[in-house]
Amino acid sequence: MIAFENVTKKLGGKVILDDVSFEVPKGETFVVVGLSGAGKSVTLKHMVHLLVPDRGVVRVGDDVISEARGPELERMRSRFGVLFQGAALLQWLSVFENVALPLRENTKMGEEEIKKTVLEKLSLLNMQEAAEKYPSDLSGGMKKRVGLARAIVMSPEIILYDEPTSGLDPVTSRLIDELIENLRKELGVTSVVVTHDLHSALSIGTHIMMIDGGKIVENAPPDKFIRSENETVKRFLESQYITRRGAWEKGMEGHG
Amino acid sequence: MMKVVRSEHKERLDYLNLPIRSFRRLGRIILMACHSMGHALIMLGSATLYIRTIWRPRARRETATQLYITGIKSLGVITVVALFTGMILALQTGLELRRYGQEEFIGSAVAVSVIREMGPFMTGLIIAASVGSAIAAQLGTMAVSEEIAALEVMSINPNRFLVMPRLVALALMMPILTVYTNILGILGGGIVGTTQLGVSFQAYLDNATRFAENKDLYVGLLKAVVFGVIIATVACYQGLTTTEGAVGVGRATRQTVITSFLLILIVGYMITRLFYI
Repeated sequence: MIAFENVTKKLGGKVILDDVSFEVPKGETFVVVGLSGAGKSVTLKHMVHLLVPDRGVVRVGDDVISEARGPELERMRSRFGVLFQGAALLQWLSVFENVALPLRENTKMGEEEIKKTVLEKLSLLNMQEAAEKYPSDLSGGMKKRVGLARAIVMSPEIILYDEPTSGLDPVTSRLIDELIENLRKELGVTSVVVTHDLHSALSIGTHIMMIDGGKIVENAPPDKFIRSENETVKRFLESQYITRRGAWEKGMEGHG
Repeated sequence: MMKVVRSEHKERLDYLNLPIRSFRRLGRIILMACHSMGHALIMLGSATLYIRTIWRPRARRETATQLYITGIKSLGVITVVALFTGMILALQTGLELRRYGQEEFIGSAVAVSVIREMGPFMTGLIIAASVGSAIAAQLGTMAVSEEIAALEVMSINPNRFLVMPRLVALALMMPILTVYTNILGILGGGIVGTTQLGVSFQAYLDNATRFAENKDLYVGLLKAVVFGVIIATVACYQGLTTTEGAVGVGRATRQTVITSFLLILIVGYMITRLFYI
């Protein structure tokens, strides 16, 4: 569905992605993990042409999105929904108007239909009560849920999530994990999730890829990922108390 | 000993390299300026093409909001500046003219300089400092919080969604505000003429209307439209290309004011030269 072919990207003189190649299979939830500054968000931005590679290409299906321009790029981007790290809601629009924005700008839907669709998506995330509020009145978690409602409102084929659960309480985090999982199971949506949260990654991911120093150090299904022999992956797993005995087993040794 | 010789040699080399380094730096600055100007002009062209979408409900609403911000919200400061500019002009020229017993001519002196130069110039500076900087700060904040990226990903062109309404509002509102500045500037001059220089208000007005030509008004209004386009282009470009968080927003705002001021001065001079020489 999405393919990186020998992608290299430098930012500020530093190599962020170094000859990276991988493929996101259709209908899967592909999770990208790694330390801060490893190049996870940069990878995500290449998928929607917010960044372009210095070398290599990024494909979405048969289209080369990294070389697309103008209306062609807009057509390719219409296949995506993106949840940004800080939600990226427009501050002068209400929650309802934010979620309705892509429908109003890109479709010929009537106001009644827009209202029905927007409220339906907001209720999926328990945010229908906040429809008339403005982003400045919302907590970080609420903003993220509104951002997610906006990302799914056009029913995209592919959804990109940049740190969807960071800064959220555990209950809301699980709600978002469930939503990502349901979108894959029920609608066959392809998801790419960038996260630090390995517990979330292991529960929703069908593939987990770890980036370190601009290189892919592991790319495997969750059960193989937690048994990886790579030292960087092992350290990353241990840092979140995940042992090889099971994805959900916290390494409680030495923790009382 | 060897070390001292090497250090002296290095110093001599640095000294010789200085002009080359300065020349290289200057070249880099010129290239960067050309690059920015090119991108800003492409943005302006794209936003101008999108004016055809202004009748869409959301674009109409956004343009009306920008007209309100540019026009109504700037009236207070423009009123004060215009009145005092006219008063200062009248006082300075009036005192000189009185030495030759020609104080009745302050009407024409104030009217011609206000309509031809000071009106559009003062309005341009005020709008660049207030509205231009606010646009740069708003779009800059949107850029660093990924709102611009979100618009792009939603296939909503920022040039249509954000730049076009601001461009239209500034290009439309600048001449209107300039006429307002002209009227208040002349009125301010009249107040000083009547109260300080002993010229009757009627004589002041007669003198002002006798010497100011229609051409002065048209050229002044042309300048106002051009200044509006300059402010919108500089502010939107600086805002949309902001990086590096709050520091970047501050830099974009400052750069907007400085660049707009310089361009208003240079382009104002060029227009005057084009029509009067």
